[in-house]
Amino acid sequence: MEKRAAFSDLRLAGALIAPQLLLVFVFFYWPAAQAVYWAFTTQPPFGGSNEWVGFQNFEQIFTDRVYWNSVGISFLFAGLSTALSVGMALLFALFVDRRLTGYRVHRFIYFWPYAVAAPAVGLAFRFIFAPEAGFVSAVNQWVPGLWNPALDGKDALALIVLANSWKMMAYNFIFFLAALQSIPRPLIEAAAMDGAGVLRRARDIQFPLLAPTFFFLLVINVTESFVDSFGIVDITTGGGPARATDLMVYKIYSDGFKGLDYSMAAAQSIVLMGVVIVLTFIQFRYVERRVHYS
Amino acid sequence: MKNAIIAAVAASALLGSSGAEAQQRTKFEYWYGLTGQLGEILEQHCKRFNNSQQKFEAVCIGQGGYDKAEQNTIAAYRSKQQPTVIQIYDAGTVNFMLSGAIYPANQFAKDFSIDIDWTNYFPGIANYYATSKGEMWSFPYNSSTALLYWNKDAWAKIGKTKAPETIEEWFDDLRKMKTAGVECGFGFDYDTWMPLEQFSAIHNLPIATKANGYGGLDAELVFNKTKFADYMKDWKKLLDEGVARIQTAQVGKTILQSFTDGTCASVLSSVANHGVVGSTAKPGLNWGVAMLPVYKDFKRHNSLVGGASLWIMQGKSPQEYEGAAALMKFLSTPEEALWYSTANGYIPVTKTGFDYMNKNGFYQDPKHAGRELAITSLTFTPPTENSRGIRLGNFTQIRAEIRSELEAAFTGKKDMQVALDEAVARSNQILRRFEQTFKGKTLP
Repeated sequence: MEKRAAFSDLRLAGALIAPQLLLVFVFFYWPAAQAVYWAFTTQPPFGGSNEWVGFQNFEQIFTDRVYWNSVGISFLFAGLSTALSVGMALLFALFVDRRLTGYRVHRFIYFWPYAVAAPAVGLAFRFIFAPEAGFVSAVNQWVPGLWNPALDGKDALALIVLANSWKMMAYNFIFFLAALQSIPRPLIEAAAMDGAGVLRRARDIQFPLLAPTFFFLLVINVTESFVDSFGIVDITTGGGPARATDLMVYKIYSDGFKGLDYSMAAAQSIVLMGVVIVLTFIQFRYVERRVHYS
Repeated sequence: MKNAIIAAVAASALLGSSGAEAQQRTKFEYWYGLTGQLGEILEQHCKRFNNSQQKFEAVCIGQGGYDKAEQNTIAAYRSKQQPTVIQIYDAGTVNFMLSGAIYPANQFAKDFSIDIDWTNYFPGIANYYATSKGEMWSFPYNSSTALLYWNKDAWAKIGKTKAPETIEEWFDDLRKMKTAGVECGFGFDYDTWMPLEQFSAIHNLPIATKANGYGGLDAELVFNKTKFADYMKDWKKLLDEGVARIQTAQVGKTILQSFTDGTCASVLSSVANHGVVGSTAKPGLNWGVAMLPVYKDFKRHNSLVGGASLWIMQGKSPQEYEGAAALMKFLSTPEEALWYSTANGYIPVTKTGFDYMNKNGFYQDPKHAGRELAITSLTFTPPTENSRGIRLGNFTQIRAEIRSELEAAFTGKKDMQVALDEAVARSNQILRRFEQTFKGKTLP
């Protein structure tokens, strides 16, 4: 029988939890409720009079071709960014775990990207990948017009995927490395003695035991690429060119703050919240089934 | 010894208190939107006001851009922390007029005895910020208009010493320059102020029905059916021929940067940048300004005013309003107009300011050569229905929509006419939404 720890003093428990609950209420539930209210009304930019319009805001965004473009781009961005950052992080973690020469240095520097703020990342990437003067623009000397994120939508999307993955890879790397190092070494050694090569060991021992971490990072990365990617898009491409990188979260900002249409932005943010909730639910329901917690 | 100490303490207390009294200036907040060099000049102008008197202190805070200034003011107003004076650009005029959050300038001047001759403002400028009854609700501060910046050396390569006057001549020159070896004849970005708004004004073409929105909130956009559509198609042809280039910050250089380092031979830009170009041009750059070219078959009309004006917000204390009134009085003197227009390319907004500057030989100075063309352009004809200004709701968002569609067309993703039609359709949606938000309200 499992022994479960129970906290018997409810009042003390309540007092300890209260500050956190207050924060969650003030910074999440209250704004969310306000956004729901705004999503069902229209209001002038300076505020003052909210007029009830029912589902009109939602109807307008769902019949808007540009909105569906944003949804498509967001899903594509989430997929590419998650695949790249999780994949690369796993690769780096596997290598560092093997303790090849110089692994300490690698372990140290692979974490740094996460500490860089998103706007700084965006600015650095914008300059490095600038089509006329950045480092990468050298490819344009050999094949003119090959790389131009200011004019080619696909290049712009590649740019923000790279920037976002670079940052998230650092975060994923630490989790993967920790998980790999918690796998008992005798298991690996036994497999090695039985003649399993590096790849075989990875496939049969390390990956299955990494499954819980992988699932966790999947949820975090997908959510983050929907919601936290604003900083990078704002600094590098500004949603362009011609809406090729107009993520849902960026569209909320431009409709709400630049377009001064707060109720439309509120409706969009409710939809975005719904999308993230549904995606997380799907992941918990179907992906977690295949995860074996040891 | 004890007496000396007492004397010292008393003296310092006295000095301290008088110092404190001198520090008791009434402070009021002045938020502005200009950035970069133009923003620094505005900061200096603010300091000039503070140094010129002892009673008030204007706390000038840059907002990092015109649209951010608008957004931040709205957010501040909603949380009752608005500043007293704000600098809002032309596109924000309608939002602020309908907001109920501002103190109309003509009323403010009456209430705080600011002696302003409202007819002293150039009509092209006054009309933009005035109601349908002709009452001005904000104080014009930095006004500009668009000009053609041209590289004289590039034009010399094809044997010309005068800037092109017609659009056909300009495009012809660009093509001739390409064969003469000029890499980029014309640099442009997706900003709609020069190609759409100024173009329509000088050609006397409407951008929207109801006199560009002055007549009511139910205006509809029509620019996809005017000569503007042909103008954009011509630009696309120039782009495809390699005669013109897109220059934005994302590409690596803005249009001004591409002009000042000699890459592109001509750009369309505000006269406000005349000073910036002068100080950042690469040494030996031989450049000048000219009025915007017009299509041959069209009669030239006056161009639109750009820039921003100063609005007074509601809900502040009478002392802060006194300070704001002192600031307005200060800024409207001819001497300050001279100082401001010397520091940057913005033009004097009053006729007396212009006369004062002329008398002081401002326009004879070769450094300022060409700036008077802005005034000529603004006053070329009396404003017509199409060149009076633009009074469309949420115009910032409309500009963004048009910019997006132009971007799609210029990068080859869409046919230009299709892009313009879609821009009009989406912008009309924005106007209808604006109308719904202000249901029952009429434009002042």
